[in-house]
Amino acid sequence: MSTQQVTLSQPTAEQPFTLNFGPQHPSAHGVLRLVLEMDGETITRADPHIGLLHRGTEKLIENKTYIQALPYFDRLDYVSMMCQEHVWCLAIEKLLGIGMPKRAQYIRVLFSEVTRIANHLLWVGCHALDIGAMAVMLYAFKEREYTFDFYEEVSGARMHANYFRPGGVNRDVPPELLSKIRRWNLNFRDKILPMLEGLLDENRIWKQRTVGIGVVSPDDAQQWAFSGPMLRGSGIGWDLRKSQPYECYSELEFDVPVGKNGDSYDRYLCRMEEMRQSCHLIEQCLNQLETTLKGQPCKIQNFKISPPTRNEMKDSMEALIHHFKYFTEGFHLPEGEAYASIESPKGEMSVYLVSSGGPKAWRAYIRSPGYAHLQGLDFMAKGHLLADVTTLIGTQDIVFGDIDR
Amino acid sequence: MNILSALRQFLLLDMLSGFTITLRQLFAKKFTILYPFEATPISPRFRGEHALRRYPNGEERCIACKLCEAVCPAQAITIEAEPRQDGSRRTTRYDIDMVKCIYCGLCEEACPVDAIVEGPNMEFARENRKNLVYSKEKLLQNGDKLEPTLAERLKRDAPYR
Repeated sequence: MSTQQVTLSQPTAEQPFTLNFGPQHPSAHGVLRLVLEMDGETITRADPHIGLLHRGTEKLIENKTYIQALPYFDRLDYVSMMCQEHVWCLAIEKLLGIGMPKRAQYIRVLFSEVTRIANHLLWVGCHALDIGAMAVMLYAFKEREYTFDFYEEVSGARMHANYFRPGGVNRDVPPELLSKIRRWNLNFRDKILPMLEGLLDENRIWKQRTVGIGVVSPDDAQQWAFSGPMLRGSGIGWDLRKSQPYECYSELEFDVPVGKNGDSYDRYLCRMEEMRQSCHLIEQCLNQLETTLKGQPCKIQNFKISPPTRNEMKDSMEALIHHFKYFTEGFHLPEGEAYASIESPKGEMSVYLVSSGGPKAWRAYIRSPGYAHLQGLDFMAKGHLLADVTTLIGTQDIVFGDIDR
Repeated sequence: MNILSALRQFLLLDMLSGFTITLRQLFAKKFTILYPFEATPISPRFRGEHALRRYPNGEERCIACKLCEAVCPAQAITIEAEPRQDGSRRTTRYDIDMVKCIYCGLCEEACPVDAIVEGPNMEFARENRKNLVYSKEKLLQNGDKLEPTLAERLKRDAPYR
């Protein structure tokens, strides 16, 4: 580079240095285009540009029956798949006003928590990799592979499960899978999680890169509608599983970890502890599923809303008609609106469903936690160095599938 | 910061404890496999490449009820049907666009005669899109090739369906 070029790119007082971070930057987590205004190496303004992964999911859903729309939810936040299905099913159930068998609730919670661990494992691996710790990613992804195996065994697909259904779950969990999850869960809680923490908790480089970076005050966190670990890292103990328990969370015992300083390190600690609590929840679910709830139905026995079993369908005319109706026309929702939200691994994930009657949604609005978090990137990044942007994107747990929808 | 943690910092103990973990992993049992030669086991529910099955007497199962076409969220299935010479209703065209397909498994769930199934095969990458639009012949071929496996998978999963 000649000296002349260097002088040309020098920023002036009127014209700050503008830097495009992404959309092809490997640590921009997908397709985030972040326009940074820099003063030297300090960030004065961060402007996230979104929309590069927009697929029109909400509009697509308006043209699909309720069960057809379900697979689209896997593809929103594609690292916590079953949690997205969960919120769609909850919205439908709310509008229909139906409950579901206990066993279905426990299976749902079991897999929601497996998903939470899968999500946090990807998060801790990529976050550490962005910051410069390679080993964590290798070990975290190994464990994540097991969660995918569970997905595959229960639903048939390693990622995009399409497993939760309105009124229950698609197919019952095989008993061998439950014992497999139990073995893995114990090993994960007692060996793997301490190992991951052993690599990072005390590590001075990790601490230098995360402590005091991206501090969010409790006030800011609320003002910017943060949720999930982003909110809890700032010291607000708000968890939808506790504050407005859905499914069987009110019957289960778990704690909500809360941070103190609201920096990236506290959020890291929160998420690690959340994984431990998830292990605890998984164990409770397994105990229930293997004892008291054994042999109970895993979906609602109302064949207007869920399909009859295959044996029934092949023997009875009535069941065959139900089967045909379910897979062609779907089921009708009453006119009205419903708002259902869950504590997804990233925060509050919600669906606002408006139905004008009939088998298709009139409108489905999806509230994704990442969208609110990304808005806060500007105030979080202000005054930090360029290298800290990767920490901030990591700590927000950005996934573009659900931001762009 | 108390003296103990200062000492830990000075003696690099925080780093050393991390290095011990990575060193131990160096001698741990390998988790990776040699992929094209080895494969991980898959469950009977696995949703891979589609296949159209036949009855044991060689008659194709599909009766052109078009449930799969109706339920497919990606509209990847195209079916045309008319009565055959012997009067039975069969498809004249059964295309699946494997590029459009999102492998959700709803077609398999919807099929009342277990004709369309998603098989165990996941290695069907092609060099161009044209080869990924499967015709009825290709799907029946898949079914003939894999029939013992497909029947076994359905049998194993039958109690749960």
